[in-house]
Amino acid sequence: MAMLETAAKPAARPQPAVQASEPDAKTGFRQFDLGKFHFQRDEYFVTVTWPTKQGPMQHRMSADAFLRALMRDVAWGFFYGLVNFDGMFGSRNLYGRVEFFAGRYNPAYHQAGLSYVEEFDSPIAMATCKAILKDWCNAGFDPFAAPEETGKTWAGTKSGDNLEAIERSRVATKRMPGLPGDSPLRDDLPVNRAFADVAQDEPVIEVEPGFEGKLHGFNLFKYLSRSDVTWNPSVTSVCRESLYCPTTEEYILPIIHGNDRVEWFIQLSDEIEWDVSDKETGKPRARVLMKAGDVAAMPADIRHQGFATKRSMLLVWENARMDLPQLYESGKLKPYPVEF
Amino acid sequence: MSQYTTVFGSLKQFEKGKLSIINDNPKYYCYSNVFEVASKSKPWEKVAVAKNFEYVIETIRAEGTSDWFTAGHDEFVVVLDGEVTVSFVELADASVPAGKDGTVKLSGAPSGRKMGRIHLKRGHQALLPKGAAYQFTAARPSVMIQQTIAGDLTVQKWAEICAH
Repeated sequence: MAMLETAAKPAARPQPAVQASEPDAKTGFRQFDLGKFHFQRDEYFVTVTWPTKQGPMQHRMSADAFLRALMRDVAWGFFYGLVNFDGMFGSRNLYGRVEFFAGRYNPAYHQAGLSYVEEFDSPIAMATCKAILKDWCNAGFDPFAAPEETGKTWAGTKSGDNLEAIERSRVATKRMPGLPGDSPLRDDLPVNRAFADVAQDEPVIEVEPGFEGKLHGFNLFKYLSRSDVTWNPSVTSVCRESLYCPTTEEYILPIIHGNDRVEWFIQLSDEIEWDVSDKETGKPRARVLMKAGDVAAMPADIRHQGFATKRSMLLVWENARMDLPQLYESGKLKPYPVEF
Repeated sequence: MSQYTTVFGSLKQFEKGKLSIINDNPKYYCYSNVFEVASKSKPWEKVAVAKNFEYVIETIRAEGTSDWFTAGHDEFVVVLDGEVTVSFVELADASVPAGKDGTVKLSGAPSGRKMGRIHLKRGHQALLPKGAAYQFTAARPSVMIQQTIAGDLTVQKWAEICAH
């Protein structure tokens, strides 16, 4: 997760139990409730239901797209700002609490009064999301993996599970991976098939006596080449609230990320194309094709989704200041980073 | 299984992508390319290519031997092209005034104990630890990015480097 350890402050009050049905007789999958949201999956689809003045409204997503998005929401602790699973459903991080919404950022539904938003303590929302992943990910399906790696194992009726994939331990970096007491390097992971040509040498560090452990370097590209997940930033350097959060990207960013602060991208290898649209309305604003060495800001009032044919290395740069969402929403800060 | 070729950029060979505006101001995206910026920079010029309040990412054209620097906070460099060696010296006294952020140039070679050196190649990242003095050397033009806080040495020339 690309946040400082102090970022999320879960509520201390007792949490209700996850609301889950018995396994469905036909599909084997359980159904789940979170507040007035109802979640159901079948062989191909996830159906989200919410109340409206016209009665229950339903939205359907392909189960693999839903599970890939849900996996990121869980792994990122609801991330910064909006995690749009698609143009209809998603979550908004309130840092300690979280909103789930349906249609809120879809102008047609919202203006027709058919959207719905409900706020939860983060722990019960997180517990429900994890329970859904646990029940709905079949054996062999890794929602973090590229499609070429995990295939169509997501489809069909319930068939086992993949707890190892969905319960990867969270990597928390305090300063830089590999330092004593800090997050580990990835020497025990294999090089991903798409990065077989990436050099695996390490910096040569010559330390004078008495300064052991004071100097540190590592091969960031090697570290990234061994990432076993896609679209999942992890922190590799911390300069106060400034976080380098590099990640490897292949296929489609499973969510449409709505910023609550400015974030920056530096393309380290290969290329990614970004669709950028308005955070509130979803209307297209720009497309950014980023090739190796390109730098671009993602303003605080946009949503974006990336596409990468070949697995690539992307440096995501975040500012972990916790007052930024309020400052941007109140208009005290302009949504772009630099005046020129 | 497909064979893949990973494409990195370099001073000698880089290809920019494209910012296509549909309904927005191109300046909001501060779109640039570190290799293009470095190709037009003086050696060791610290050109901000990303800024988030006080925090910056600077592109540095590494060429020859730099001055000695330090900072009152951790900084980090990643080499994106070429090879760079970083020499470290323990500072005998506080060379950064309290509250001063960003990279600080020292007036000359520091007199403290030598801490060691790190030899960096493409893709390598090094910690420039708070309070240590450091100096870069690069036998041929190289490119690195530095994660730091905007300081006296940070060059901001957004109109020159960004698409607009």
